[in-house]
Amino acid sequence: MSVTDASTVIDPLRIAGRELRSRLLLGTGGFRSLEAIATAIEVSGTKLVTVALRRIDPDARGSIVDVLERTGVQLLPNTAGCFTARDAVLTARLAREAFGTDWVKLEVIGDDRTLLPDAAALLEAAEELVDDGFVVLPYTNDDPILARRLEDVGCAAVMPLGSPIGSGMGLLNPYNLRLIRERAGVPVILDAGVGTASDAALAMELGCDAVLCASAVSRAEDPTAMARAIRLGVEGGRLAYRAGRIPRRLYAQASTPEDGVGEF
Amino acid sequence: MTILVNGEARAFAPGTTVAELLDALEVPGGARGVAIAVDAAVVPRGEWETTELDHGARVEVLRAIQGG
Repeated sequence: MSVTDASTVIDPLRIAGRELRSRLLLGTGGFRSLEAIATAIEVSGTKLVTVALRRIDPDARGSIVDVLERTGVQLLPNTAGCFTARDAVLTARLAREAFGTDWVKLEVIGDDRTLLPDAAALLEAAEELVDDGFVVLPYTNDDPILARRLEDVGCAAVMPLGSPIGSGMGLLNPYNLRLIRERAGVPVILDAGVGTASDAALAMELGCDAVLCASAVSRAEDPTAMARAIRLGVEGGRLAYRAGRIPRRLYAQASTPEDGVGEF
Repeated sequence: MTILVNGEARAFAPGTTVAELLDALEVPGGARGVAIAVDAAVVPRGEWETTELDHGARVEVLRAIQGG
């Protein structure tokens, strides 16, 4: 057994037939500069990075697309800010034009204060986009039934939240996430709520196939250090999940043999 | 004629195309990360040169930003 043994290597993530050599997806929101994004991408090892569309700003400096293309990552446009299925579908179609990809992180938000998904509108938009040929990765509630419905309409993954976007509250309902993982036939990507590396590790230990985070890295005091910390959290969690943890017990179980203790 | 560009009314010559509007806005049309909707419908990149805008058209000019 060596450290290069297959069981110690992070296995690739497969979404819609594409293989990604990282189980960490990075959101680009909240970084203080394009340079900071490029550094976080490199340190995190991510291969899939989200971007958004907004009205042009004549004063904007630099192109995020140029920066991202130089890093070689795949782009995942989002529909952030959309409150109706109609707006989300149109935004996804615009993103397909803008970025030349039919992958979309589908967000249909139901409420300004919590930014929680609107389940009914999300399902409606997901179905329409799948029918239109998109690879749909929906940002969803931690609802096992909704996750199943999203998979049923053809989503390529489901992305349940750990807690509200940007809240950093971690995984509020690990039980539901486990149920989603048990039933899902597509990758489960923990999206939103990660505050620090242990949250990412816990998500992976529960069996999530990947973790997406933005604010946890971009708004950390030291985004570069946090990018590395969360990468290690994801990798540690993945290995631990595959390794099979010991069951929890109420009482101690000696790890040192109890026979042959000296008598004095 | 008047066109509503990102919610702002602006005057353009009749027959102005999407490509000409982008030039007027100094948007580098060839760049990735730009998308156009006219009256809530996507105008594919390949049709920017030939799509003429009507008086009163509502044009959304979007570009890539950090997010998500």
